[in-house]
Amino acid sequence: MEITVPLGPQHPALKEPANYIFKVDGEIVTECVINQGYNHRGIEKAFEARDYNSGLYLAERICGICSITHNTCMAQGVEELLGIVAPRKALLMRCLMGEAERVHSHLLLLGVAAHLMGFDTMFMYIWRDRELIMDILEEISGNRVNYCMNTVGGVRRDLSENAKKLIFDSLPILEERTKYYLHVAENEPTFLARTQGVGMLPKKVAKALCAVGPTARGSGVEADIRKTDPYAAYPEIPFDAIVDNGCDALARLKVRILELFESYKIMRYCVENWPKEGDIRVKAQKRVPAGEVVSKYEAPRGEDIFYIKSNGSDKPERIKVRAPTMANLPATEYMTIGGYLADLPITLGAIDPCFSCTDRVMIVKEKSEDVTVMEYDDLIRYAKKYYENPANRRRR
Amino acid sequence: MDLILSTIAVIIFFVLFPGLVFIGSFGLFAEWFDRRIYARAQNRVGPRLAQPFYDFIKLMAKEELVPEKADKWMFNYLPVFMFAAVLTAYFMLPFGFFFYPIFGETIDFLSFEGDLVVFLYLMTIPTIGLFLIGWTSSSLYAVYGSTRTMSQLIAYEVPLLLAGLGPAVLAGTWRMAGIVQFFNENPAFLFVNVLGFLVALVALQAKLERIPFDIPEAETELAAGSLVEYSGRRYAMTRLVVDLEMVTGAAFISAIFLGGYDGTLYSIQIPAVAQFVIGALLFFLKTILVVFILSIIRATFARVRIDQMVAFSWKWLAPLAVVNLLISVFVKVVPGVL
Repeated sequence: MEITVPLGPQHPALKEPANYIFKVDGEIVTECVINQGYNHRGIEKAFEARDYNSGLYLAERICGICSITHNTCMAQGVEELLGIVAPRKALLMRCLMGEAERVHSHLLLLGVAAHLMGFDTMFMYIWRDRELIMDILEEISGNRVNYCMNTVGGVRRDLSENAKKLIFDSLPILEERTKYYLHVAENEPTFLARTQGVGMLPKKVAKALCAVGPTARGSGVEADIRKTDPYAAYPEIPFDAIVDNGCDALARLKVRILELFESYKIMRYCVENWPKEGDIRVKAQKRVPAGEVVSKYEAPRGEDIFYIKSNGSDKPERIKVRAPTMANLPATEYMTIGGYLADLPITLGAIDPCFSCTDRVMIVKEKSEDVTVMEYDDLIRYAKKYYENPANRRRR
Repeated sequence: MDLILSTIAVIIFFVLFPGLVFIGSFGLFAEWFDRRIYARAQNRVGPRLAQPFYDFIKLMAKEELVPEKADKWMFNYLPVFMFAAVLTAYFMLPFGFFFYPIFGETIDFLSFEGDLVVFLYLMTIPTIGLFLIGWTSSSLYAVYGSTRTMSQLIAYEVPLLLAGLGPAVLAGTWRMAGIVQFFNENPAFLFVNVLGFLVALVALQAKLERIPFDIPEAETELAAGSLVEYSGRRYAMTRLVVDLEMVTGAAFISAIFLGGYDGTLYSIQIPAVAQFVIGALLFFLKTILVVFILSIIRATFARVRIDQMVAFSWKWLAPLAVVNLLISVFVKVVPGVL
């Protein structure tokens, strides 16, 4: 007997609203439909009403967790359009902040994953240790989230001596704790029972479905923008891209734990090689010459893409953001089918979904492959027509 | 005179101690203790002593919602039914420490040959109740929780009963009071049942639906499983039932595997009041010790999947319980082993 099980938009396993509809045969999932769009905020449109510098602050509010990601990605794109290069201090700061954010995001996800598989003790432990990196982020930028570090042409703050000391003091503790979590992930029998062989995504499929970030790297695909298309100061920093051939949820989690060590390494390199002299930013003009650019950034969740089109004024004509979760969603569908209902939370959680970064308005017309641009008035007309149909009206 | 004394004793037994008032507060205390230990193990502060009581009062005052399609009668009265079953099971426990100082001998009027089996039978009723609650409350998640409750019930019930057989075989009686008396007279025999004790602990953890066996109510999968539609008084009642189930199960293990207390140990040297106090303290300290072990288990593991749980029960728990039973039989039939 097949049963339809809805998961979300309100469900304890989902930290943000999204809707999955599963067809379930007993405990085995046979079909998965993903419905997005509960979190659409019209950010791409809002970019067009702001100048580039204000846009940076908007960009980092795309996601509460990877705010420096979108922030830096946009700043890099605008700088490329302007034809300026940020000074070395700024580049190092972008790496340092990016890696600190990766640490905090990965620790967050590991805690959430532990909670999803019912391992609340590990969840509490990890989130306790995450406070260390949050303190570092606060000491460097002044904020725990939404750091506002970048500006067009550089960064806003220098690295203080206090922050350097705090980083050197905290990193050994974090390294030690991370080693413990790696030990738990490799040896705890119930942890292994819940993640090993769960949500399988073979290398071939991962490539075909264009998975990115730790999801792809957990399936043996070397997809790391920091290596394949280095930005900021990454070309000079020695580190390894972590790849695991396990192809399951455990591999995805282990990739994240091992990446933490690389992030600590990069953070240490940035602080040790911090230039004594030099500016933190170069002056940039307000008007950006006409042109278009694609900027890429390795977010904690994978490849983040900004497409920026400028028309010569101080406001962008169009900004398109492709957040990494968007790229990983097709892979999610593949992972869930054939798995257990009980494994759904951890399967969905292991890609580290972030729906508020992902949601866009999308109009799909059946039996037609035309792409149409809809203006505001068109949308109003469409909505009116839609609600004329009684079937689409909400039940009172 | 004897009749009046025994009537008063019976009223005190059922109403005050160790009856309704005491077991209610002890259940809430055990919940606090469990939550506190769990929190301390996770590096949190945890709730204060009165928190479970406040939770209970708060839930009692909350609005109640009944789903339109739910079976109203079942939905309303199942918690009461479960509560009654757990209480009945609780009163069957060997409370020798209560009766011995008053009557000079261990008389339990709810105690009879075979009460071990009746106790385990009564303890199954709350689980069946949980299944029916989910089945009748017309929610998809509740139905999933219910089916999982049943699969789990079949998996852990057999090892629990087999583990309980060990002490019964050793003592040569199916009366719990008799088993307690036997262990009080021959404490060395307690060590024969170490395997059975461990099996019973794990089975009890599964019965109480706690991590790693909280599969039927798995928060991140099924929201709250069977109880997803419950609110207000009914939910408070069901939570209290779960607390009582925990205390009763722990007391059962402490009686059968840890020797409980039947009142004869210090009968000669000390006065009746002191004997009563020591007996009650010993019995409930052992119970709390079992709750402590259950909390530590809860803090150490991740939730397993239902198929893994069932496989674990039949591959490990049931054979271990059988081994324990064989050891007990061996010790019993070969004289002079202990």
